Amino acid sequence: MAKKESKQKKVNVRVDFTPMVDMLMLLITFFMLCTTLSKPQTMELTMPSNDKNTQDNQKNEAKASESITLYVTADNKIFYGEGIPQYSNPAWLKETTWGNDGIRKILRNHSTANGVKPVTRIELAVKELNADKAKNPKMYPDSIYQKKLSKIKGGELKDGKVPTLTIIIKPSDNASYKNMVDALDEMQILSIGTYVIDKINSDDAKLLKLKGIRL
Amino acid sequence: MGKVKIKKSDVWIDMTPMSDVMTLLLTFFMLTSTFVKNEPVKVNTPGSVSEIKVPENGVLTILVSPEKDKAGKPTGEGQVFMSIDNTDQLGQPLDAMTGKFGVTLNEKQSKTFKNESTFGVPMNELSGYLAMSTQARQKTLNTKGIPLDSIKGGMSEFQEWVDQARRVNTNLKIALKADATTPYKTVKKVMSELQDMDESHYYMITQLKKQGDE
Repeated sequence: MAKKESKQKKVNVRVDFTPMVDMLMLLITFFMLCTTLSKPQTMELTMPSNDKNTQDNQKNEAKASESITLYVTADNKIFYGEGIPQYSNPAWLKETTWGNDGIRKILRNHSTANGVKPVTRIELAVKELNADKAKNPKMYPDSIYQKKLSKIKGGELKDGKVPTLTIIIKPSDNASYKNMVDALDEMQILSIGTYVIDKINSDDAKLLKLKGIRL
Repeated sequence: MGKVKIKKSDVWIDMTPMSDVMTLLLTFFMLTSTFVKNEPVKVNTPGSVSEIKVPENGVLTILVSPEKDKAGKPTGEGQVFMSIDNTDQLGQPLDAMTGKFGVTLNEKQSKTFKNESTFGVPMNELSGYLAMSTQARQKTLNTKGIPLDSIKGGMSEFQEWVDQARRVNTNLKIALKADATTPYKTVKKVMSELQDMDESHYYMITQLKKQGDE
């Protein structure tokens, strides 16, 4: 009796997992194709209010030598003018190109009345700050870093205050949205803190027409 | 000259570890996934070096795309669509809007509206649009858009929508997603309408571009 009981058959309980793997693969592919893993990038933009009742003491005035007007027009073209707009003088308006050798170079090399090149100076300071941050990240948590960055953008460098540039960006009706973003991008790359997007007024339109530029 | 005896060995591969890994991956994808929204028009955002991410929640996305005629040529005008990431917040603005414009929707229609990720039909066509079949809706939506023209000197339908959405969520963030080729005229109109209602802070959705490549 005892011998018979010990002769139990050992059934192999191996389950084939291959169909399961097949199914999982399918599900994974489905999820991979349907997801957006990385969120898109954004730019923050604060526009002035259209409210006409802005008090005069809330307005800032920029010195003539510290302001540049950019005209972003159709067909990927960009024009710039330094200082106070000279609407009757077409030579004031100069054409340039997008990118490193064009507009970026001009902004970098723009010097103010007392011979400072604010964009170059500020860009250097930001680079220094970033290098410091990369060296010991613990010293620069985000709040401190942002504070220092905005200070530098405001022109307060280690060796005294430099004037900052004020950029007025004026995109025309047929300029593409990409060009406008590109212009804002230049501000970001060059760490320019004060810029504004403005509408083309009738004087601007006249001047651009005088040069034969398609708005 | 002896016969080579090929041993027939059992090639059973154990799939258990494989399926373990698979389940892990699957759970990862399931938990991290946010489904791609079905947008009525394809929008190709411009590149920028900015590295700020879109806020997590409470975002009203305004989709701006250059309008195209039947031949596919841009007409110079633009279309505007909207979507709110939290669809629970769609009901209240819808009720307010239909009340304001005297549109009556039945239960089924308002349910359809809430299930759609993106909306952008003029109010007077809303009822008819929502009664269509899903396929017909998808076809018609990309020819529509929220009107930007002001109504009798007052707020435009677009502004009303933003206003109502703002009432539901006071922390609403506005994100502008426009196609790179959109003429600035259209973007300007949207921006200036937002400015008119003191919505002056917003995000512009872009693609990451490395500094230096032009």
